[in-house]
Amino acid sequence: MSDITLHITDREGKQHQVLAPIDMAMNLMEVIRSYELAPEGTIGVCGGMAMCASCQCYITSDHELSAMGDDEDIMLAEAFHVEDNSRLGCQIPITEQLDGLILELAPE
Amino acid sequence: MIHTDILIIGAGPVGMFTVFEAGLLKLRCHLIDALPQAGGQCSEIYPKKPIYDIPAFPEVLAGDLIHNLAAQIKPFEPGYTLGERAETIEKQEDGHFIVTTNRGTKHKAPIVFIAGGLGSFEPRKPPIENIASYEDHGVEYIIRDPEFYRNKRVVISGGGDSALDWSIFLVDIASEVSLVHRRNDFRGALDSVEKVVELTKSGKINLITEAEVKEIHGDGHLSSVTIEHKTEGSFVKECDHFIPLFGLSPKLGPIGNWGLDIEKNAIKVNNALDYSTNIPGVYAIGDVNTYPGKLKLILCGFHEATIAVQYAYKLINPGKKYVMKYTTVGGVEGFDGTKKVAKKSEIIKINIEPKIPALEV
Ligand SMILES: Cc1cc2nc3c(=O)[nH]c(=O)nc-3n(C[C@H](O)[C@H](O)[C@H](O)COP(=O)(O)OP(=O)(O)OC[C@H]3O[C@@H](n4cnc5c(N)ncnc54)[C@H](O)[C@@H]3O)c2cc1C
Ligand code: FES
Repeated sequence: MSDITLHITDREGKQHQVLAPIDMAMNLMEVIRSYELAPEGTIGVCGGMAMCASCQCYITSDHELSAMGDDEDIMLAEAFHVEDNSRLGCQIPITEQLDGLILELAPE
Repeated sequence: MIHTDILIIGAGPVGMFTVFEAGLLKLRCHLIDALPQAGGQCSEIYPKKPIYDIPAFPEVLAGDLIHNLAAQIKPFEPGYTLGERAETIEKQEDGHFIVTTNRGTKHKAPIVFIAGGLGSFEPRKPPIENIASYEDHGVEYIIRDPEFYRNKRVVISGGGDSALDWSIFLVDIASEVSLVHRRNDFRGALDSVEKVVELTKSGKINLITEAEVKEIHGDGHLSSVTIEHKTEGSFVKECDHFIPLFGLSPKLGPIGNWGLDIEKNAIKVNNALDYSTNIPGVYAIGDVNTYPGKLKLILCGFHEATIAVQYAYKLINPGKKYVMKYTTVGGVEGFDGTKKVAKKSEIIKINIEPKIPALEV
């Protein structure tokens, strides 16, 4: 298997079911950008370095995710609209384990 | 009024390199940028991080790239209007454009290059109800003049370098400095963090961690904020100023209302030819433009700048002949009188009598 399925709710509340390759070293933010689920310039501003929080999303399924690094933790400490299930999409690599993941993009 | 040949909006790497290519064609440039320094994203977001895909540089720090660009364009004496955002563009009867900044500085040029990247960097504003109505009435996102806070009670929020550094700086000016941060750890430089801890211990900074400013109150002017602590609940803090320092994020901004063709937050250009926009005389290069296959990379922006400048030359000098010269061949002649040229290849004479074997008769 080289693709997994993700269920993403965009900032307008629209739901999307998308396929993401697991062999391209992509992360969640990049998948969202590749499907243009958020306008260019409003997501991935720092390129995926946990430095802008423009890729914040709420994870609503109970998948086990990679642990949060210090960079991500501290960036979320300065982001707005943060909830307990907030993560930075750019810090979550696409792996087989994420198949079926459900998430929602945080407001801009 | 500032006059120039090519007015460049955005002093990121692409805008900066434009100065060089234009200089080779004897065109003068002036750069406008909303940030107080040149370099765009490279300076503002990742100056200390390496870039690996600049041709012929296996690795270069973003800050060094900008430093080198500044040195490379210096002979062409670019003008800079920094810390001001280009707000309006007006076409004059003589075909020239006048671009005015938010501070009222006017610039006039026959050609405008928009090299605005992801947009001008604007402060990130916390989602607090009513905050907009207190802007400039006690809420400021940028500290322009520290003296403004003399003998005032100030609440700063944020956890990065600017929140730390301004808290430290204002200790000697303001009558009271409170720093509110959601965590117990800070992202800033180690010595700033240590200094804040020291000032907290000596009672000069009122450090409130694991807390957040949730509400602001006042009658016309800010008079207090409600701070919510993670475990201790909320309390009201009286203050004269609230300064949220949560970094900057780029917004396309006023350029979006200039009548340009916008798609995906970027300006559509003619990539088959000259990177011109739908307004004759206005070009868009670098991250700010879009066309089929666009890549937001520095090297692509450099290419676009080089091509667009050739066409700008033709508009400024209709009918005037010119052919592109290699810098190795033509050298680089600055407007400041400096001249760089490749050394002539040395021709070495050898003074040895040729030995011609005697002809045998
Ligand atoms: C973390 C990170 C890593 C990156 N790594 C690479 C890499 O490895 N390789 C690579 O090629 N690229 C990389 N990039 C992308 C690269 O930095 C951009 O492609 C490049 O900065 C674009 O340059 P630019 O001059 O077009 O725009 P910018 O650098 O965005 O500069 C635009 C400038 O225009 C100003 N501006 C905009 N509107 C106005 C206005 N109305 N008035 C006044 N000023 C205005 C802005 O303030 C800004 O300073 C990276 C980006 C980031 C964030
Ligand atoms: S893209 Fe900037 S933090 Fe994820």
